Formats: sequence, structure tokens, C-alpha cells
Amino acid sequence: MAKKQLVETTINGEPTEFLCEPRQSLLESLRDILGLTGSKEGCLTGDCGACTVLVDGRPVCSCLMLGMEASGKNITTVEGLAEGTQLHPLQQKFLEDASLQCGICTPGFLMSAKSLLDRNSKPTEAEIRYALAGNLCRCTGYDKIVRAVQDAAKVLQSR
Amino acid sequence: MPTVFIPSLLRKYTSGQESLVVPGRTVGEVVRNLDEKYPGFRNQVVEGDDLKSSLAVSVDGDLAVGGLLEQVRESSEIHFVPAIGGG
Amino acid sequence: MDTPQTQQFKIIGTRPVRHDGLDKVIGRAKYGADYAFPGMLYGKVLRSTLAHARIKSINAEKALRLPGVKAVVTHADFAPQTTAPVYRMGGEAAINPLYLACNILSKDKVLFVGHGVAAVAATSPHIAEEALALIEVEYEPLPMVLDLLEAMKPGAPILNPDVRRKSAPDEQTNIAGEFQFKRGDIEAGFKAADIIVEREFRTEMVHQGYIEPPNALGIFPGDGHATVYTSTQGPFDVRIMSATLLGLPEGSVKVIPAEIGGGFGAKLTVHIEPIALLLSKASGGRPVKMVMTRTEMMRGATGPTSGSILKVKMGAMKEGKIVAAKAWFAYEAGAFPGSPVWLGCFTGLSPYNIENFLVDGYDVLINKPKTTSYRAPGATNAAFAVECVVDELAQRCGMDPLDLRIKNASREGTASVMGPKFPRIGFVEVCEAIKNSDHYRTPLAQVPGKYRGRGVATGFWINGGMQSSAIVNVHADGTASLVTGSVDIGGSRASTAMVVAEVLGLRAEDVRPAVADTDSIGYTDGTGGSRVAFATGLAAYQAAHDVVRQLKERAAKIWEITAEDVDWTDGKAISRKNGVAPLSLKELAPRLTRTGGPVTGRANVYATGVGPSFAGCLVDVEIDPETAKVQVLRCTVVQDVGKAIHPSYVEGQMQGGTVQGLGWALNEEYVYDEKGTLRNASFLDYRMPTCLDLPMIDPVIVEVANPGHPLGVRGVGEVSIVPPPAAVANAVSMAVGTRITDLPVSPPRLFKVLSAKRG
Repeated sequence: MAKKQLVETTINGEPTEFLCEPRQSLLESLRDILGLTGSKEGCLTGDCGACTVLVDGRPVCSCLMLGMEASGKNITTVEGLAEGTQLHPLQQKFLEDASLQCGICTPGFLMSAKSLLDRNSKPTEAEIRYALAGNLCRCTGYDKIVRAVQDAAKVLQSR
Repeated sequence: MPTVFIPSLLRKYTSGQESLVVPGRTVGEVVRNLDEKYPGFRNQVVEGDDLKSSLAVSVDGDLAVGGLLEQVRESSEIHFVPAIGGG
Repeated sequence: MDTPQTQQFKIIGTRPVRHDGLDKVIGRAKYGADYAFPGMLYGKVLRSTLAHARIKSINAEKALRLPGVKAVVTHADFAPQTTAPVYRMGGEAAINPLYLACNILSKDKVLFVGHGVAAVAATSPHIAEEALALIEVEYEPLPMVLDLLEAMKPGAPILNPDVRRKSAPDEQTNIAGEFQFKRGDIEAGFKAADIIVEREFRTEMVHQGYIEPPNALGIFPGDGHATVYTSTQGPFDVRIMSATLLGLPEGSVKVIPAEIGGGFGAKLTVHIEPIALLLSKASGGRPVKMVMTRTEMMRGATGPTSGSILKVKMGAMKEGKIVAAKAWFAYEAGAFPGSPVWLGCFTGLSPYNIENFLVDGYDVLINKPKTTSYRAPGATNAAFAVECVVDELAQRCGMDPLDLRIKNASREGTASVMGPKFPRIGFVEVCEAIKNSDHYRTPLAQVPGKYRGRGVATGFWINGGMQSSAIVNVHADGTASLVTGSVDIGGSRASTAMVVAEVLGLRAEDVRPAVADTDSIGYTDGTGGSRVAFATGLAAYQAAHDVVRQLKERAAKIWEITAEDVDWTDGKAISRKNGVAPLSLKELAPRLTRTGGPVTGRANVYATGVGPSFAGCLVDVEIDPETAKVQVLRCTVVQDVGKAIHPSYVEGQMQGGTVQGLGWALNEEYVYDEKGTLRNASFLDYRMPTCLDLPMIDPVIVEVANPGHPLGVRGVGEVSIVPPPAAVANAVSMAVGTRITDLPVSPPRLFKVLSAKRG
């Protein structure tokens, strides 16, 4: 077993340090070392998107990234989406539009959707579906998720 | 008197009858009375002092909580159904 | 007096934000895998790589010597079990404890690739995995059987030497159960029929596909009291099963339900909870957390549901009256008995009033994982076959497929397949709603170069009642809290809280719902079987009325009259004596101390008056002739829900079930190699629908009030999965001009059909 290494990074805007083994993924580091359990484990092979975080603004499956690779990066997780008690419009619309049932896929969807809306403020339905194709949901059939992203886009456009 | 509907695979114990009118105030009493006319039927649905674990009983369309202890009325319909599981 | 149909509601029927929603969108909600405790260990399971073999020896010495490994357990560490049934309280579906224990950790034979053999606890999940590789298991391979028909034949490799058919008590067999429903005379019926359609259908094993792998955290210090944190649909089920396998009295196991990331029926049983407890005990009481991997979950016995062979023959008169139906269903049980074949036998023909029928069903052992409930278990397979044949009958009669269904519809008073007469049901209303939908009225335009088709199908589910318990506490600030034992997988906290709010005259957000552990609430059957809004809603309703009864007494005390002279209307206590202003709960709440102390309402129900439900699915598809890919263009789901307490979450159930059904129809199947290993044990290759595969799913709620429930509620959660596979098959059949009989209608399979047509 290789020695643990120090990782210096920024998570949700906060400078953060932690020790991890080389074989530990970023997902494992967030959940088991840092106690940030908002990012979820669904498959560990990058197929379900439940572990999606933003790395320097880009959506990444944190199960496919090593903890040590977070060095020097800016990581955003679902815990950092709201601004204090002010929910991001995506979070607000997921609640209003009933876009979650069991909620396990929700953090991943929120991060992927945020990344989409940061890049494209007026996405079409097809563009939304394409951007979210890497996030699996088994409960909702996606209908209300897509609608929430459309509604959040409108809110952000009006700002 | 209550009517008992005989499950298809047990009709060989009741000379092929699909349903029988049998006296009794509880499911258990009805089964005992049925067994007097058709010996052997009771052993197919009862184990010890309860219904067989693979069976449930429906009285007037509702799954009967009390099993053999469930009370029945004069006009009740009793059906034996496989025990249920859902998802 | 208001009947369920005529009641006016203030809260029920609205769409408040769910109470647990905030935690779930900010990442604060705790699912089973999110828990951690000091000194915690991690558990992993060693699983068989052979499909059928005797275990000659297990040697864990090397594993135990690996630094960080604290314990290794096997089946021998369970308390000795027999096949004598153990009842869940109230006599529901009994458990066979020996089979349960053997399914979790095999005793002397492995019966499928992925069958648990031993388990390890270590200081990190990585060390635990390394330790698995150091456990030496000596196997004696046995012949295996992976094909359903082969497994049923005499001479097939036998999985369980004790299994016998009633008709042949001296012969070993893999046919573990036989079921039959019969009425009338099918020979006479078929003789009289003008049109007969007879088809054979095949479906493959599919998995519930919940995104959250099974998890469990066991703490068992050896003082006789065990605690389990787990993402489960049934905390009380976990309790009885864990207690039985560990040889403990039931009350000695406390199960604390975590939030759950999907279950769909598979998490109503135990997969690893008893193992976590065994490992904890063997590690001196340290907490042991176990989370299955996706591959382990797909290969292990954590789902899936049966592949099946379905033979259906139906006869009708030329004006459309169905006069006879014969069905033969064989379902894969997997390694241990218990497929939902009998439920398929019962539900498939349920929408129809048929005088003569014979349905035979067979539960078949096979070297695949033991099947587990999947949303309306057994019904989807049967409906696939029946609804395709009904569609073909309509075609041959020259009738609209919905008109044929309405002509033969089960209605109030129709004798159901199992015998009891239907109460008020909404099958006709569902069919009519489909006919009246914008989707149905919009003709499907053809486009050059593609095949397009439209298909419709319906489905039935019994729904459950069973046991629920509820407590309502009134707080001095005029709010209330609701405690139940029903885990929330789809918004039921919100709907049960809304029921209480309606009765007490509060806003939905003034009732705080909580899901309690098995010590803190009365016995409650699992969240599943479409029973929570119905039965737990009923318990919440009665508990709220218990509060009302007490509040009337308190108001009477304040007004110095008797409780008989106090009414409760629109959330207020009203005096029948003149000149006194009504008192709301908010006004009474600060005065509880002076009028007698705390007010807590309670109710325990074994819910009767269950209302079965029907659903319909209408789907338009477009097929690319070159790739044979089926694209869903438009989809509408119609369902009779009795009364939609929270319409958004009702729509969610309808849409979610429909999409699972579409996945089952289009691409999901277990693919085994000749060694019995599941080849597509990942989300990449077990192809569930993604966002990009689908259009919006239009939900149409039909409300035919259930007379058996004070609010008219019917179960909602399951039935929507039943129609889509047949609807898709009917649509594709129309598009390509050949009847589709095999699921999934995936590109490789459809390509073969198209090629055969062309050449």
C-alpha cells in the first residue's frame, strides 16, 4: 500500500487540504475523507453520472478521477451550488417542478445542468437532453427534470 | 351460509365442484365443515393452526387479516389465493 | 354526506414542495452509504465465478493474515435455519429462512455466477477487496442450465434435490411451483369463436436498475442487540429477516431506514444486512459498512426479474366479444423458488370479462440469480403477451383496439380471474381517456425512408393494503408532526403530510413528516405494492382524526360544554351552542397544557378496501430500416389513481414506471455467456433509457374514486410499468407489418426481423 499524499485544492470556493492514497478516487476522497457525501456513488465506472462534479467548471465523473488529480483544481460539488441559503434556480425549480423522486441522481443532474446553463443560457429541449444524457435517472422518466432545466434557464435569462 | 370458491388445482378434492355453500361463522369453522363432507381438503389449506404459508384468504373481496380466525357473514364469499408480495 | 367523489379539498390535489426536498437538492440528505461511524470497517462479499458447483472447502487463512482484515464469515456463521416458514407479522408472505440464508451466503452449493460465498471486514474497502482474492475456495463443478425450456425438461441439471411437483412427488425437478386459474369451458369457447389468435412470446431477465447499489451498516456488539442502517423499502422486513438469520428475537434488531435511492421492489428483502451484522459481531462489535458495486449488484441476487415464455391463445366472435382464453406461462425463478408467475397468471387477463379461460403458470429454477420483486411483479410479462394478442384480435375483427377492450371490459361486479368480484374500477374510463387524448386524435404522419407505427396497450395491478402505523403530534405553535414507518421513495412523505394537513386545517408545510425506525413506530409493511398513499395515508388520516377527537374535548373544556356539542369543520372546532367563535388548531395549541396536557393522535391499520388500478400506454415509434433502431416519438400514459393527493408525484410515478417499461421493451436484457456469467453487468452495457432516448411522457390522470378509502385513493406506484412493452411491440408490429413476439425489440433482434421480411 503506497503512502498517502497531501492534496491541496479548492472545493466549493474553500482552500482544502487532505491526505489520500494514490488509489482513492476523487469521489471516495470527497465522500469518505472530506465528509462531502452529496456526490453519490452509482456505478464507479462513469456510466451513471451520479458522482458528477465540476472541475474548473467542466462536468466530470468524480469516480473516474483520482483524488490526487484534484491538486490545484477548482472543484464544485452540489454542496457548493447554493449561495449561502439562496438556492440556485436549478435547485429551486427541481423542487417546484417535482423533478426528484428518490433523489439519488439529483446532485449529479444539478451539476451537469449547471454546467450546461453556464455555457448555453438558451438551450433547446434537444440540447438539454443531449447535455444530460450522461446522467441516469430510473425514477422520473426525465420529463420533469428537463422541464426544471427549461424553467431554470428562463429564470437565469431574466436576471 | 357462506360460499367457498375452490381453487382450480384443489377441485379434485371436492369432486370437481368450483364452489360450495358451507356453514360457519369463521373461515376456520367453514374449512372444518367443508372437510367433513370432503375429507382431505383441510390438509391442503391448513398447516398447524394457521393457513398454509403459501396461501392467503380473501373474504368478500378483501384479504382477510385474521386468516382462519376471520369472521364471515351469511352472504360472505371466501376465496383462497396465493400469498402476496409486491414491488 | 360527502362521498370520496364529491369531497372538496383545500390541500389534497395541490402541489406543495416536498418536505424532504431541500435536503435532497443541497446534498444533505443521508442515504445508507452516507453514514460513517468511528472505528468503522468495510465489508465485501466473495462471489462465485461458477454457475453451479458444490463447495468442497473454504480457506480464509491468508485473507485473515492480511493487515487490516478483521473478520471473515460464511454461511456457517448464521444461526442454523430450516425451511419452516417464518411469518412477517400478520401472516403475510412467509419467508423460507433456509433459502433466504443460502441465497445471501451459499451453504454447500453455489447456484449462479455471483452467488455469495464468504464475506470480509477490513479497515478500508480496498483492503477488503484484496482480501477477497486471498480466500481459497475449492469447487466441484456441476452441470448447469441457463435455458428456461431446458430447465423444465426431465433430465435437466437439478438445482434443489428437495423440490417436487405435486403431480410427481417422487421425481426431482426444477419446476418449483404450479399455478392454475380456470373458469368455464375453453374448448366450447374456442369452438364457438369466429377468430382465434395464438402466439408464443419470449422475454428476458431484466433488472430494476435503481441507481443506488444496495448498502447496509451493521452494528452488533454481541450484547444481544443489533442495529442496522440501510437503504431499504421495508425496515420491518429487514428486522425480521436479520433477526431470524442471526437467531435473535425480532425486537432485538433495530433497523434505522436511511433515505433510499430507488428500489422498485428489490429492496423489500435483505441482500447484505445480515452479513454486515455477522461481520460486526465477528469484529468485536465495530460498525461494518457494506456497499455493493454495480457489477456485483447486477450479477448478485439483488433484482432481477424473470425472463419468461408466454403462450397465449384467445378466441373472439367477429363483433369483438372474447369468448375464450388459454395461457401457459413459465417464469424463471432463478436459484430459489419464488418468481411472480402466479401474479402474471392473475393479472394478464384481469382487464377482461371472459367466461371461459384456463391459465397455467410454472415457477422454474435455473442457474441465474434468484428473482426479486420488480414493480408490479409478474404483470408486465403476462400483459406483454395478452395485450399483443388482444391487439391482433382487434386487427382481425376490424375494430379499434380500445373499442374491443371496452366491449370486453371488466367492470364493477365482474368476477376477477381469482374469483372475487371487482369493486368500482376505472378500466373503461382509462380506455376512454386514451381515445379522447390529443395524442390519439392526432394522426401519425408517415415519413419517407422510415417505418412509423402507433401502438396501445393496457394493464392491471392489484395494489396492496396491509399494515401501517401513524402518530401525529401537536405542537404549541400550532404545527404538527407526523411519524410513520413508510420509507419515502417517491414523495409519499409529502402526500401523507398533506392528508394530515387537510384534516387538521393546516398548511402542508405546517405538518412535518418523519420516517421512524422499527422501535419508534408501530409495525408497518414495506413501501411498495402501491400501498403507501393508500394504507399509510389511511393511518395518517385516522391519526389526524384521533387528534380532532381530542381537540374537540379541549375546546369543550374551554367553552365549558360537553364534547358532543362540538363539531370540527374546515379545520376548526365549532360550538353548537350559540355565540362562541370557532377555535382553530393554531388557537387551541397554546392552550393544551391547561386543558389536559399533550395531544398525540395515533392509528394502526390493516387496510382493507383496496382499490385495484388500470393503466394504458399509447406510443408512436419510428424505425430506421438500416440500423433497426426504434425511436419513441411520442408517449402518453393514462392511469386511474382514484384520487391524486399530490398530482406532481402521481405524474412522476406514472412517467417513471412508463420509462422503465419502455426500457424493458427496447433494450434491456441480461446477456449470459455459455459459462453462465452475466456479460453486461454495467450501466454501459445493460442499456437503460437515457434522457436523450425519450420524448416528454404525457401523463393523464383519471380519478375514479375508490369507495373503500375515505379519500378515494388507489395505489399509484406500480401499474404504469405494465402496458409499455406491449404498446411498443404493437407499434413496431404496425410499423413493420410483422408481429413482434420477443423482447427486447433491440436493434439486433429487429434487424433479424426486417432482414427476414426483405429476403
